[in-house]
Amino acid sequence: MVQPLEALVETPSQTAGPYVHIGCIPSFAGLDGVYPEDLGKSPISEGAKGEIISITGAILDGTGWALRDAMIESWQADAAGISPGDDGADPKVTGFCRFATDKDSGDFTLRTVKPGPVRGRNGQVFAPHISLWIVARGINIGLNTRIYFDDEDNSADPLLARIEQRPRVDTLIAKTTGAGSYRFDIRLQGKGETVFLDL
Amino acid sequence: MTDRAALMPRRRELQPDPYVPDYKTSVTRSPALPLLSMESTPSEETGPRFGHSLLGPLDNDLIRNFSEGKALAIGERIRVHGRVLDETGRPVPQTLVEIWQANAGGRYRHIKDTYFAPLDPNFGGCGRTITDDDGRYEFMTIRPGAYPWPNRANDWRPMHIHFSVFGHAFGQRLITQMYFQGDPLIDLCPIAATIRDRSQLYRLVAPLDMQQSRGMDYLAYRFDIVLRGRRQTMFENKPEGM
Ligand SMILES: [Fe+3]
Repeated sequence: MVQPLEALVETPSQTAGPYVHIGCIPSFAGLDGVYPEDLGKSPISEGAKGEIISITGAILDGTGWALRDAMIESWQADAAGISPGDDGADPKVTGFCRFATDKDSGDFTLRTVKPGPVRGRNGQVFAPHISLWIVARGINIGLNTRIYFDDEDNSADPLLARIEQRPRVDTLIAKTTGAGSYRFDIRLQGKGETVFLDL
Repeated sequence: MTDRAALMPRRRELQPDPYVPDYKTSVTRSPALPLLSMESTPSEETGPRFGHSLLGPLDNDLIRNFSEGKALAIGERIRVHGRVLDETGRPVPQTLVEIWQANAGGRYRHIKDTYFAPLDPNFGGCGRTITDDDGRYEFMTIRPGAYPWPNRANDWRPMHIHFSVFGHAFGQRLITQMYFQGDPLIDLCPIAATIRDRSQLYRLVAPLDMQQSRGMDYLAYRFDIVLRGRRQTMFENKPEGM
C-alpha cells in the first residue's frame, strides 16, 4: 500500500440546455426586472483604450446549420495585453462578455477592444487573441476556443504552433471584413471543424 | 495579484462524453476531432471577478425574486446549499454561482418551452449569489418539476437545477446540473447518462439534508461543487512574481 493522495476531482459538467439564457442572460430571455441588467453585456466601457472592433459569426453544427440557442462567453486582455484586474490594466476593460446566437439568424456579434499580445511563462508571447467558451443544448461540456486576427502576426504564437495540420490554424483566425470588423465562424464538427482546446 | 500557477488538466475521462447517440442533439454538436491539449496559459489562469455590489437582496431567493417580494412562488419550498471547492480541497471564496430551473410543474419561463404545464406568475426561475470566505452558498427556491422533452418518444428530465460557476480562472468555468436524491428518472435520463462513470454522475445527486431543513418551512438539499485546481510547486519559473 501507499499513502493516499488526497485530491478531489472536478465536478462533472452537464449541458447548459436550451434555456441557459434564463440563468445567464435573463433580460435577453425576456425575464426583465430580476436583475438590473444582464451580466457581461459589454467587455468594455466608454473610454477603453485601443481599437474598437466588432466580430460577427455563427456556430455551425455538423450539418452546416447555425445554432440558434447557444451562449458564448469571451475573456481577453486589454489593448496592452494586460489581464483585467492586474496591475496597470485598463479600468475601462472588464474583458468579459456574454452573448447569444440570434434566435432567427444564428449570428452573434462581439464588440470589444482588440487585445494586445499576452506574455506567459518562460518568455512565451501569445499573439492577440480572445478566448471563447461555448455552451448550448447538445454540448455536454463547454467548448473552449480562441479568436486570433488575420491582420496580426500570428507566426510565433505558441498555441497555433502546436496545431499539426497547418490548414486547421485558419479555423482560429478571424477574417477582416471592413475597418475594425471581422468574421469568425465556428464549425462544431465536420469539414473545416474548428480547433477546440483542452488547456 | 492572482495566483498564476497552471491549472490541473481536466480529467476528460471523468467528464461527459461529447458524442452520445441517445442524446440526439449531441450527435451533430460534438467535435469529431481531438481537442488540442497543452498547459494552461494566462488566458485560462485569469478570469472575471464579480463583487457583492452586483447582488440584489433577493437574488438568491427564487421563491420571491420574480415578484420582487410581493408574492410567493408555488411549490415545495427548498433550501439548496453547499460549498465550492477546488481539486486541492480549498474553498473557492467570492465566486459567482448562478442557477436556473423549471417551475413546480416542470415549465420554464422561456419562449422555446411549449410544455402545457402552466407558468407560475410568481416564478421566474433564475437566481445568483456569491460564495462567502469558506466557499459557501445558499439559495431558497421551490423543487422543480420533472418534464418531458423531445428526444426519444418518451424521455423525461429528472428534477434538476442548472448551476453555473465561475471560479477565479476562465479555465475553471463550469456549467452542470443538480439532481435530487431518490428521483427514479435520473437512471433513465440520456443527459445524465452522458457521464459514463456512474460514481461521477452520482456526485450530481444532492442528498436530503434534514439537519439544515427547517420545520414547518423548508427541506434542505446539499450540493458541493469542485472546480479545477492549480498545480502547486516551488519549482516553477514565475515571471509574474507569484
Ligand atoms: Fe433543464
